[in-house]
Amino acid sequence: MNFYAIRSIYIFELARTWRTLMQSIASPILSTSLYFVVFGAAIGSRVGDIEGISYGAFIVPGLVMLTIMSESISNASFGIYLPKFTGTIYEVLSAPVSYIEVILGYVGAAATKSVILGALILATARLFVPYHVLHPFWMAGFLLLTAVSFCLFGFIIGIWADSFQKLQMVPLMIITPLTFLGGSFYSIHMLPPFWQKVALLNPVVYLISGFRWSFYGVADVNVEVSLGMTLLFLAVCIAVVWRIFRTGYKLKS
Amino acid sequence: MDSIISVSNLSKTYASGFQALRNVDLDIRRGEIFALLGPNGAGKTTLISIICGIVNPSSGNVLADGHDIISDYRAARSKIGLVLQELTTDVFETVRDTMSFSRGLFGKPPDPAHIEKVMTDLSLLDKADTKIQALSGGMKRRVLIAKALAHEPKILFLDEPTAGVDVELRRDMWEMVRGLRENGVTIILTTHYIEEAELIADRIGIINKGEIILVEEKEALMQKLGKRQLTLYLQNPIASIPAGLNGFDLELSGDGSELVYTFDVHGEETGIAPLLKLLNEHGIDYRDIHSSESSLEEIFVSLVTEKR
Repeated sequence: MNFYAIRSIYIFELARTWRTLMQSIASPILSTSLYFVVFGAAIGSRVGDIEGISYGAFIVPGLVMLTIMSESISNASFGIYLPKFTGTIYEVLSAPVSYIEVILGYVGAAATKSVILGALILATARLFVPYHVLHPFWMAGFLLLTAVSFCLFGFIIGIWADSFQKLQMVPLMIITPLTFLGGSFYSIHMLPPFWQKVALLNPVVYLISGFRWSFYGVADVNVEVSLGMTLLFLAVCIAVVWRIFRTGYKLKS
Repeated sequence: MDSIISVSNLSKTYASGFQALRNVDLDIRRGEIFALLGPNGAGKTTLISIICGIVNPSSGNVLADGHDIISDYRAARSKIGLVLQELTTDVFETVRDTMSFSRGLFGKPPDPAHIEKVMTDLSLLDKADTKIQALSGGMKRRVLIAKALAHEPKILFLDEPTAGVDVELRRDMWEMVRGLRENGVTIILTTHYIEEAELIADRIGIINKGEIILVEEKEALMQKLGKRQLTLYLQNPIASIPAGLNGFDLELSGDGSELVYTFDVHGEETGIAPLLKLLNEHGIDYRDIHSSESSLEEIFVSLVTEKR
């Protein structure tokens, strides 16, 4: 294991976060705060409790997930796209590193940032709504799993993308709809029966449901199912990344 | 012969169908400066890219310091430093940070003293904490070399190191290259500029259309370079060279109408005057004389165009 290489990439990537502190940390916190003000306070006061939880508190887990997913993807995809774009990737390709080390460096740094961001948003949310966490261990577990899975997913997009448009397309066209329709702002039980069935095809539903369960003990789907689906998504991402490096897809000719 | 890089039967065909390398065999000796000459698109960069792990070979294999570049890539790559032709640098990092990154990437523990030394050698020390985007093109070139040297490689590849580089940097670079060789580093550089190869290399390889067409000691090439030829167009063809002219390096053309005399320009005497005198005595008349000098450039051009 080339630990110095992992450390180098990790430090390099986190340094990018500190350099762009405003976009990296401040802007997601600001936008989440706006959600709390608009949905939690303004609209939420007119929506009744959902499954015994005030609307403001109900949306906390969903909002954290929403931010973590989109930030994980954009951060991890940009992290690997940028060296491809500038050409500096040659150094990583010519270095004595295995793909596992490259991923630990890039995805590890992106996931670290996502988890920090999640913690900051949870702290921010506390200023707007009182909430409690029933299963802190599970909460941290879901947070970490989601961050790692979506950072891997972002890494794949970053390797696949050969233009900035493509880099933006997947998060915008696929992830945003999935997260909005994934029960961030409502319980899927509130949907008509047919759409409840459709919603179960959305992987994000399971992530948000599991995460919300760790807070309040209520869930749209069984928590084991949630965990299983999250691990499945992680496994799929790992398999894809493994293939990318084995074949040198878009990295080596 | 102690080879530090051993390329055998290496071929590369890109997905587009373009065959960049055809059964290349090449041995680089430990501690030498090897110049790889060739026109654009000859396969120089592809060859280097394969050795360094950026491009996958289609067939054949490469040993770097005894390690296979694929099955034992860690050991092989950690020995190699690479400076690419394009100025592909980070943008927002400082010189010091980007060098530390390179060093770590190649598996070496942090060593600020070594980083400082490389920066000093490359006159980068006063820019150590400047962001790379604020540097000029020449300075960026220095940074790329500094990055490649950050992990103390035993083999250094310089792909077109002097493209777009000013006189001062060129001089610094050759000084640095010589210094590295004194410390036992093997240097392989590619170039278009024949004078550069003459100036710095121990051996010269010429590549064209994906094939190595010549590898020779520079001294041997220089000797060819030092040869001059005098062609005498004879009035009347002769059947053979008269015995009295045995002391001269003469060659008679097939039809006996041209006599070619090869001599060394570096010698004390060219021998032209005695030869002409002897020809006169043997009653051989000539109607015209043509003298030519073979340069490395000429050898290069003729080798490269022959293959077309």
